[in-house]
Order: sequence, then structure tokens, then C-alpha cells
Amino acid sequence: MYAFDVVRPSSLDEAVAALGEEDAQALSGGQTLIPTLKQRLAMPSKLVSLTGIADLQGVSADGGTITIGGATPHATVAAEAGSFPALAQLAGNIGDPAVRNRGTIGGSLANNDPSACYPAAALGAGATITTNSRAIAADDYFQGLFTTALDEGEVVTSVSFPVPEKAAYVKFEQPASRFALVGVFVTKSGGDVRVAVTGASNDGVFRWSEAEAALSGNFAPEAIDGLSVSGDDMISDLHGSGAYRAHLVGVMTKRAVAAANG
Amino acid sequence: MPKDHGIGASPKRREDVRFLTGAGNYTDDINVYGQTYVHFLRSDVAHGTINSVDTGAAAGMPGVVRIFTGADFEGVGGLPCGWQVTDKHGEAMKEPGHPVLAQGKVRHVGDPIAAVVAESLEEARNAAEAIEVDITELPAVVDMKSALEAGSTKVHDDLSDNLCYDWQFGSDQAAVDEAFANAAHVTTLDLRNNRLVANPMEPRVALGDYNRANDESTLYTTSQNPHVIRLLMGAFVLGLPEHKLRVVAPDVGGGFGTKIFHYAEEAFVTFASRQINRPVKWTSTRSEAFMSDAHGRDHVTTIELALDADNNFTGLRTDTHANMGAYLSTFASSVPTWLHGTLMAGNYKTPAVQVNVKAVFTNTVAVDAYRGAGRPEATFQLERLVDKAARELGVDPIALRRQNFITEFPYATPVAVEYDTGNYHATMDTLESMIDREGFAARRAESASRGKLRGLGVNCYIEACGIAPSNLVGQLGARAGLYDAATVRVNATGSISVMVGAHSHGQGHETVFPQVVAEMLGIDEGMVDIVHGDSSKIPFGMGTYGSRSLAVCGSAMVRATEKIINKAKKIAAHLLEASEADIELKDGQFSVAGTDKSVAWGDVTLAAYVPHNYPLEDIEPGLEETAFYDPANFTYPSGAYACEVEVDPETGKVTVLDFAAADDFGNVVNPMIVEGQVHGGLAQGIGQALLENCAYDENGQLLSASYMDYAMPRADDVPYYKVDHSNVTPCTHNPLGVKGCGEAGAIGSPPALVNAVLDALNAAGHDIGHIDMPLSPSRVWSAING
Ligand SMILES: Cc1cc2nc3c(=O)[nH]c(=O)nc-3n(C[C@H](O)[C@H](O)[C@H](O)COP(=O)(O)OP(=O)(O)OC[C@H]3O[C@@H](n4cnc5c(N)ncnc54)[C@H](O)[C@@H]3O)c2cc1C
Repeated sequence: MYAFDVVRPSSLDEAVAALGEEDAQALSGGQTLIPTLKQRLAMPSKLVSLTGIADLQGVSADGGTITIGGATPHATVAAEAGSFPALAQLAGNIGDPAVRNRGTIGGSLANNDPSACYPAAALGAGATITTNSRAIAADDYFQGLFTTALDEGEVVTSVSFPVPEKAAYVKFEQPASRFALVGVFVTKSGGDVRVAVTGASNDGVFRWSEAEAALSGNFAPEAIDGLSVSGDDMISDLHGSGAYRAHLVGVMTKRAVAAANG
Repeated sequence: MPKDHGIGASPKRREDVRFLTGAGNYTDDINVYGQTYVHFLRSDVAHGTINSVDTGAAAGMPGVVRIFTGADFEGVGGLPCGWQVTDKHGEAMKEPGHPVLAQGKVRHVGDPIAAVVAESLEEARNAAEAIEVDITELPAVVDMKSALEAGSTKVHDDLSDNLCYDWQFGSDQAAVDEAFANAAHVTTLDLRNNRLVANPMEPRVALGDYNRANDESTLYTTSQNPHVIRLLMGAFVLGLPEHKLRVVAPDVGGGFGTKIFHYAEEAFVTFASRQINRPVKWTSTRSEAFMSDAHGRDHVTTIELALDADNNFTGLRTDTHANMGAYLSTFASSVPTWLHGTLMAGNYKTPAVQVNVKAVFTNTVAVDAYRGAGRPEATFQLERLVDKAARELGVDPIALRRQNFITEFPYATPVAVEYDTGNYHATMDTLESMIDREGFAARRAESASRGKLRGLGVNCYIEACGIAPSNLVGQLGARAGLYDAATVRVNATGSISVMVGAHSHGQGHETVFPQVVAEMLGIDEGMVDIVHGDSSKIPFGMGTYGSRSLAVCGSAMVRATEKIINKAKKIAAHLLEASEADIELKDGQFSVAGTDKSVAWGDVTLAAYVPHNYPLEDIEPGLEETAFYDPANFTYPSGAYACEVEVDPETGKVTVLDFAAADDFGNVVNPMIVEGQVHGGLAQGIGQALLENCAYDENGQLLSASYMDYAMPRADDVPYYKVDHSNVTPCTHNPLGVKGCGEAGAIGSPPALVNAVLDALNAAGHDIGHIDMPLSPSRVWSAING
């Protein structure tokens, strides 16, 4: 690590002000940022810890919407997001207990790792990402690998998920990291079906619109028989080719639909 | 009733009290006053010419004490290889130099170029970033077969090519050719034994501490064999006499072979401490471990089996390319040859066996022994091949094995070794009783009803442990003896310290060794402790690897204890005014046969140290004996393993449902510890077969350089094991009749798992001859989908 200062504000305003300083960076659970610092791959002058800000903590459910504070750890979501079981289950299966006790939803969405789980939930449920300055629809938020609509110094303060009628997340784990080799989050609300895929694409999390169209007519695994995504734009690495990932997108989507149907 | 103490009992591991409560003393826990820290600047290219290393700016950075480069090691020895292999033309293997810090060229990602010694680690890292290195990158040599093509880039410019040796061994050519010419069936298999990273929980650490007052150097290091390091580093690298060099390997958090070898960092801290007159400490990061710890396995093999019309094995030949990496690590050359070729007969009476091995230099990390070392590679190819033969011939894989088992002992194989004892049908019988073969069809049908493919795989193994008879390994090229040593020091009040050459880094010696001594003397185990891991305290022993600790060092301890008993009987005879021949030792009492006259152990030991009433004219006071033990042969643990798996054909994911291991380890001193050793070995074998893959790209960049990409087995990857070691054919040539159990699990398990997956796939109509390890989901899926 290079040397840096740390501040631990108790209000959002203080945090935003501190983040306005040159080379300041937000620190949430640190599960991504701290390893990066240890490897000297980042050189912030100041880390602004978000986890002491009460407004960024907690899970609340209100009239069909569940809202999660930006600095809420995965373990809390797993325990308290019972009104959106697919989301609670997703959170409860991220990493290991240490990661779940520290890592946060805001950190995950800000980082937008192409293999992370939460981006699939946000996109698949049509969530709204609220920051200190605006509200961003998930459809506009994710902009490619490790890239989001967030501006420099902008803080994810909460994420609101409309609770769907049916939903499921199915994750096929990369054997080493146990991030998603392919993860699919499916929701159904009335005639509206969303299918969000993480882990697979070179462009990060994406909606599989063909499958969505087919499933809106018939929300059953068979509905996507014969549909496939192209392997050309898929990640190809030690753990699987693009063609393999493309194949898994189909398999995991079917399994997610089956799971959503209970 | 199981015994509750002594040989055959399972007392809990006494060392676990400190390990589980945070009181262990690992090398990184040791800090010496005035200590400095070293950070190694390592090559990020696989192959290149070093044009210059400019340390000027870095040297002026805060906290820097001194910066070393390859130039500082001109005239200092390189890291030696401990085993000279002679090739098939009678020529010595090629032995390229291995400087402590790179000179002229870098040869793998991770090759150390410079070392910054500073007041703190962060300052050392800061300064390392200011070193300007000018390297002209060269094409990387990664693939072994292309490395041997004419015109390939050379890893070592002073060698004629990238071939370390071309070794051939076994039956004569005519016998092998004849077996294949007359065969009714020949089965052929091409396979790769995947490269592994050992990944002990504790990364390597080295702390060099030079004491100007007496010109002594102490090296604290994470080693499995402190005396070996003292000899290699003292004699070959730094030219330090043994009496001025102390090597301490305190608690070591796992080794698995990778902590046998003498590493550059150990020589560096010892050297640098003398230069700057301050202690120098290095603690490996996990990232450094991936690119500097010796890797394991990495063989590419073609193997063929000839069978006659009755399915008897008549001939076997195998041709292997073994990756040495960029430099020869300490025992690298012996692994694919004498630890691999000599095991190619396996459990079978195949009359003609021939082994070819080409060892190849590449721009990768050095490859050396890893749990099993050569024997897993031998077992894997043979047991995969036999399974493939059974499938091709449409015969039962267990029956085919049984038909070809060696049944008479001693048995001299065509590949030099002589198995002293064994009973392969007995372990196979036990295995069959553990796995409910009859019920398998129903279990397969149940899996099929869920869309899953179920498979059952078996294999046998034989290994050569208790390494090794010195005169034999000397003829084979070893540059060391492989005896071990123990000193039994009986204290005045009867408690005992046993100083042993073996090193415990997870094996449980501190519990097991006292069980043996206490049993021999009839005293409480709590009165016996072992001392290990410090060259200034223990006799010259060769350390722990090759499942040798109990078989070799334990035998030395038995011999030394026998000497103690002999002397104590003399003292007792004097105290009891009886003839020595009449003295019996039982339950810690010396008595005169046929009388009620006796004297307790503690009275005899006290007399030895307070020799007021003592036969001083016949024997010396004191009670301390040393024995060196050189085994007459290897030991040959053997067994039969089975694995049941389920394959998800849609994703290729393999789930291990069941694993059974029936082993013959000879006599067992502590069944609980033996079971634990088997469990650990099985986890590593399952890891190799299913998960672990150390991969380089064509530029020699390590693709699996962290746990994000290198998959270690975790608790939920392995099943509840069924383990049996009730079949005992005691080793015929060591006093305890023990064979060793440390490596068996890792040797015996990969073929059973792969055989099981292929059984599942072939039974489902897929015609698949082999899938290379690890059987990751994507590989299995690709095999299913052509
Ligand atoms: C061993 C391990 C296993 C894991 N497994 C999984 C897995 O299976 N699935 C998965 O999805 N993830 C996994 N993760 C990642 C984990 O979910 C982390 O929580 C996540 O990557 C980052 O969250 P964090 O709170 O730790 O963020 P930090 O590491 O603190 O920050 C990450 C980045 O986000 C920025 N940031 C943080 N909070 C905010 C905010 N509120 N607003 C704006 N910017 C912010 C930081 O400046 C930094 O750039 C794993 C991590 C580890 C270490």
C-alpha cells in the first residue's frame, strides 16, 4: 500500500465534501478496494469511509419497494430483505461470511465487476440507484466493464428494488473465485419479464431481450428453447470459452425461470 | 478394545493446543532486534536480456539500507541441484547455473532481479519502484514439445538446447518390442498431469541473522529439512562452514514438498545479513508464492499397454516430457526419473516395462516435488490406462486389475525396485466392501431421473516411501545420503527429550514419536517430548518428505531407544545386584526375572546422573544415545481407491459424492493421525483432479496467479471420506514395520475420480477416451459436446 489518510464521516454531506478533495476515494466494505491498495494498483490520497454514515445503512420495505442503504453489508441484506427472497438469497451467497459482513451493495454496484452478482439483481429487477445528487435507472447505470454512470465523487446512497411477483437468481460459480461464471437474474411482474445476465459478457451485465420477449408470452423454461446468445461477445478465459458461457446463459436462464416458478 | 496409549492408540495431537489457540511460533513470528526488510524486484516478463539495472535513484530513497543486484553475487555460488541424472547415452544431465539474483537474463515471471533492503517493508517497496530496469524481451519458451524443436529459443544460452536429459529405464528394448509385437490388444493414452502450486497455508519466510561477535549466521526459515538447507547453502552457495551456520525451521504451516528445496531468498537473507551486519527478513506474499515457490507435476505423457488374448498385461511403455521450469530446483531432476519411472510397474506383474523421460527447460517457475512427487504421475497414467483398456475390452475394471495383480512377495519389478510385501487383493476386497457396487445401478438410475450422469471409478496404487537407502540412491545420482537420525536424551528424573532429524509441519510427530518411545519403555507418553527443526539442537537428519519420517527417523529413534534400554539394564543390574541377562523391563520397572526384586525407571535414570552407586568402571554416567538409521529398502504402501461422482451434462459440473480409500500402510502407530493424513491427501488429489490448474499463456505469463483463478479444494468440494487401513502387511525391513502414509491420498485419488467421470460419460453413450485434469465444468462440457 501507498500511504493515505482515512476519514470516517458520520454524515453524507461531510463525505461528499471530503470526496471533493483531489485523489480522495470512497471506501465502503473494502473487499475490492483494500486488495487493490495492497497490490499498489491505486494511489488515493484520502479514503473516505462510508460505513459510519447512519443514513446509508439498512433495509426498508415500503409498498412494494425495498430500499437498501448504499453501505449496507451483504449479510444484512441476506437477513433482512425477506420480502424479496431472490435478492436476499443472492446476497447470502456472495463470497464467504467475512466478505458478506464487510462488503456492501453500494461498493458492488460502484465497482461493477463483470462477474459480480448485485448488478444482475439491479438490472434484472429494474432497480433505481440513488446517489447524493440524482436517481439513476439501472438500465442507464451500467455502462460496461467496471464502468457506471457515476461521476467522480458521486456516492451511491441507496438502491430501490420494486419487488417483483416472481424472481430468482441462479449463479454458476467460477471454480476458483466463486464469482459468477454466468449468473442470471429473472423477474416477472405482470406481463413484464426481465432477464439480466452477469459474468458472461465482455460488456458486463446485460439484458437478454430475446429471452425477455419469449418469456413475457410464456414464463416457462421451454419458452427459450431454441434461443441463444452469441459466444462472440462473451468472456473467454481459463475457466471457459465464450461458447461455453453463451451456452450457460441459456441453461441458467431456464433454471432461473424454473426456480422463479417455484 | 482399542489401546488408550502407546503404539496403536489415538491420543489427540498435542501440538494442536498451540496451533489452535494462536500460540504457534512460525518463522514470521520471529523478529530480531535491528531487523531490516527485503523486497525482491521480480521480473514481469518470462524471458529477457537484462541490459541494465539502475539503482541510483532508489538507493537514495528514505529508509533504504542497501540494494543488491545480480552483480553483488559474482563469485558467490548458485543454487545447486541435489540429484544428478545420467541420460540414456550415459551423459550427465545439463545443469545450468542458478544465480541468487538474475545475472544477464531473466528466465521466468518472478525471477528476482534486485533486492532492496530497507528499514521497513513499505520503504523497500517504494524504492523497488524507483529501480530502473532495462530488459529486452525475448520469445518465451513455454510449451515443452516446441522447446525441443530445432531452432527453439534457448532458456539457457550456454546450453546446446532446452533438453535437460533424455532418460530411459526398465526392461531391455527387445523384450518390450516383442510384447507389443505379439499383443492381442494395445491400449494407448495421451495425457497431461497438470501443473500445480502447492499453496501451503503459511507462505515462505526467511530471516537471516548474522552475529559479528562470533561470526555465526542463523537462518530462520520455513523448511521441511533444516540440515539439508544448512548443507546446501553452506557448502554450495555461500561457502560457510557448518559450525558457523545455524538453520532453524520452527513451526511450519504446511510444506507438501515445496518447502524441501533451498531457495534463493534463503541464501539472500543469509548473505545480505553478513554484508550489512543486520538481520534481514523476507516474508512472501501469496502473489510471490505463486511465482516463486517450486511448482509440482507438469508431465505430458503417452503411455501404451500390451495385453495378450487372455487380458494379461505383457508390456508397458511410457514416454513423458517433464517440465523442469527455468532452473533446476533442488530435487527436480529426480522426480520424473527415480521417483516416477521406478513405480511404473504399479501393482501388476507386467513382465516388460520401459520408461522414457525427457526433462525440458522452459520459461516457467521451477518444478519439483509436490506431495507424492513422481508417484502420482506414475499412478495416474497407469491407472487411467488400465481403466481405458478395460473399457476397450469390455471387461470389468476391477477384474482386469485383479487378474494382473502381483501376488508373491518379495517381488522384483522390471523397473529396479523390489516390493518387500503387500496384499493387493485384500485391499481391493476391503474397498469392494466399502462401496456397495451392487447398489450402484439403482443409484445411477436415481441420478438419471434427475437428469444427472452417475459414475463409479476405481484404481490401485503402489508407492515407494521411506526414502531411502543411501547406497542405492547414491548409485542413482543423489548427492546426499537419505538416512535419518535421533538422539534420545533421558534426563535425571526420567523425562525424555528426543532430538529428531525429521521435521513436523502438520504431520503430528510431536504426538506420534513419543507414543513409540513410551511404549518401548513402558512409561507415560507425557514424559517424552521431541525436539525438531533446529540444526543446533538436533543430530544431522535429512528431514521430512517422501513419507519417511516414521519409517526412517522413527527407526533411528527406535534404535537409539534400544541402546538406552541396554544401558539402563546394565545400571539396573548393578542396582539390583543381579546379572544383566536376568533384567526385564516392563511397565517402567526393571525387575530380576523370577523374583520380586525391581527398580523403577526413575531410579535408574537418577543413578545414571548421580552415579554414587554405579558401575563407573564398566559404563559411563549419563543416559543419552544417538542412532543413525539408513533403510535397507524403500517401503511400499499400497491400496485401492474408489470414487463416485455425478455429472451435470448441461453444465459439465462434476460433484464428488463418495470417496473410499483402502490402504495398507503396514503397522499404524496412531490411527487418528493416519486417517487425517489420508483425508488431507485425498483433498489434494481431488483438488488436482477437479480444480487446480497452474496455467501459463504463450508469453509465459502466469494466468492462475492468485486464488481468483487458481481453484483450491474447499470443504464443500469434497465428500465425507470412507477410510480404511485395517489391511496390514508390515514392512519387512524396518523395526516398526511401518510404511508411511503421508502421500498416499494424493497419489491414489486422481485416477479414481477421472475414471469415475469417464464411466459416467461413457455409460451415457458419449465415447470419450480421456479428459485432462482438472475436470473443470468447461472441460467436461466441451468433451461431451465434441
Ligand atoms: C473473497 C471474495 C469473494 C467475493 N465474492 C463475490 C461474489 O461471489 N459475488 C459478488 O458479487 N461479489 C463478490 N465479492 C465482491 C464483494 O461483493 C464486494 O463487496 C464488492 O466487490 C465491493 O464492495 P465493498 O463494499 O467491499 O466496496 P469497496 O471495496 O470499499 O469499494 C469498491 C469500489 O467502489 C467504490 N465505492 C464503494 N462504495 C461506494 C458508494 N457507496 N458510492 C460510490 N462508490 C463507492 C470505492 O471507491 C471503490 O472504488 C467478493 C469479494 C471477495 C474479497
